[in-house]
Amino acid sequence: MNEKQRVNRKKLNKSLDKLFLILGFSVTLLALGILLTLILDIVQDGWGRLNLDFLTHFPSRKPQEAGILSAWVGTLWIMTLTSVIAFPLGVMAGIYLEEYAPQNRITNLIEINIANLAGVPSIIYGLLGLGLFVRFMHMGRSVISGGATLALLILPMIILSTREALRAVPFSIREAAYAIGATKWQTVRHQVLPSALPGIMTGTILAMSRAIGETAPLIMIGALTYIAFLPAPPLQSQFPFLHLNGLFDPFTVLPIQIFNWVSRPQKGFFEDAAAGIIILLGIAFLMNAVAIFLRTRYQKKIRW
Amino acid sequence: MILLRSRSLVREKCVEGALFLSALLSIFTTLGIISILIFETYEFFKKVSIFDFLTDRQWTPMFVDKHFGILSLFAGTFLTTLIAMVVAIPIGLICAVFLSEYASNRMRTYVKPILEILAAVPTVVYGYFALLFVTPLLQKLIPDLAGFNALSPGIVMGIMIIPIISSLSEDAMHAVPMSLREGAYALGATRLQVALRVVLPAALSGITASLILGISRAIGETMIVAVAAGQQPRLTLNPLVPIETVTAYIVQVSLGDTPAGTIEYQTIFATGMSLFGVTFLLNILSYKLKKKFREAYE
Repeated sequence: MNEKQRVNRKKLNKSLDKLFLILGFSVTLLALGILLTLILDIVQDGWGRLNLDFLTHFPSRKPQEAGILSAWVGTLWIMTLTSVIAFPLGVMAGIYLEEYAPQNRITNLIEINIANLAGVPSIIYGLLGLGLFVRFMHMGRSVISGGATLALLILPMIILSTREALRAVPFSIREAAYAIGATKWQTVRHQVLPSALPGIMTGTILAMSRAIGETAPLIMIGALTYIAFLPAPPLQSQFPFLHLNGLFDPFTVLPIQIFNWVSRPQKGFFEDAAAGIIILLGIAFLMNAVAIFLRTRYQKKIRW
Repeated sequence: MILLRSRSLVREKCVEGALFLSALLSIFTTLGIISILIFETYEFFKKVSIFDFLTDRQWTPMFVDKHFGILSLFAGTFLTTLIAMVVAIPIGLICAVFLSEYASNRMRTYVKPILEILAAVPTVVYGYFALLFVTPLLQKLIPDLAGFNALSPGIVMGIMIIPIISSLSEDAMHAVPMSLREGAYALGATRLQVALRVVLPAALSGITASLILGISRAIGETMIVAVAAGQQPRLTLNPLVPIETVTAYIVQVSLGDTPAGTIEYQTIFATGMSLFGVTFLLNILSYKLKKKFREAYE
């Protein structure tokens, strides 16, 4: 290679480098542009249908009169049950694996298992819910079957984020607690867990924001696509005021209602679907924003 | 004093036991999935031979003339997954290299979470987008494209998977020690040369793990294909015609009223079993690769 070739080669490499800078920037911009297009397209389609009636009406055969009352009430039920079941179980499992578990084969097996469960397609959880809760345990195609199924689905995510939050608490905190005579559980309960709580909450909210959009597993366990009544409300005017028979009522949720409208041939229902999506995306993005806010706020506040 | 200590010791043991049981729940979940799938699949194979299941070229469990050839469903899954990866791998990797090697710290901290929103959008929303935005758009370019097809949901699925690949690959590249890059720069390499010849090979197992995870997500993805790909099981690689994937079939059966114990009911568990098997192998492979990468650099 003579001097001239070497100089040319160097120039070529430099321009390739520049070229990739432009390529990388435009591809990243393209990906962001697609996200923007998606949101704009949906807002444009559905904005006209968004009004108070849309929130207070049951689904209907006429697109102009259809609403998402049964859908958002169902979503509220499912989300409440899912978090009530999954949060304590997930946090407890996370504490065990991070603070208590000995280095042995059972621990190793549990860890591989959780990593694998996090990657199992959600529709498989639907089959589990159908076989286990609906059929085997005779809980029926009910709110409680749906909540339990989604709880199993997000459990791995909560466990993983709990472990990550616990790992971020410095070891010196634990040593200080032990030094003044605290037992292991006292240390975890009063020192480690409170410091890790913001991280755990962030992970849990993110997991819930995923659960709120889940459609397939709830279709599997038989959530109905057309439903014109609500589960019995938990608070009633008669004694004993708290009634849980609503747990065993059939239900629908927002994403299933959207799916139902998208699958219909009439154009009017597409607008209903888009309006439903605006609300679903709104809730999901809000949850993500809260999670990010929690993370940045407490990252700044706590300095070890 | 001794009484007090022994009482708190009992409490410690109880707490530890309860925590251990919640951790064990994940094992029971897996066992539950496997035993339910095996139980119903066993019932299914009492009526249909495994040989037919694996070799028959038609899937028509709802017809009078019943055929149970899973290949037609897996052809749909394979086709949409292939299209998704053709979209997601180049875009995801270019984004990852750009964010890790070219972008400023500030840009990375803003762009990465925004990209990750793409993975947080509910999949039924992507189904809407594929059916009512992407398909009509593609039909202007390809007049032969059917209203339901593999191409449009495949592309949209690829868009959904971009952040899985870009974020996880970027994490892997970011973890490559700075000293390796500095060595190459000292020899006069450009950023592109450093990225392609030093960072990419060093982060390869982490990047491969992200690709496998992306493939596994594509295979298990349900709502996009259920909305936009059609319901016609077909042994084809033509992306322009309606097809049906394994997951979309399971949804189709669940939407109808199929009583437990019937052959239609059992088909969803048999197909689900195949799906679980494939994604299980991919997930384990991805886990091992990721672990190997962590051992190398931490």
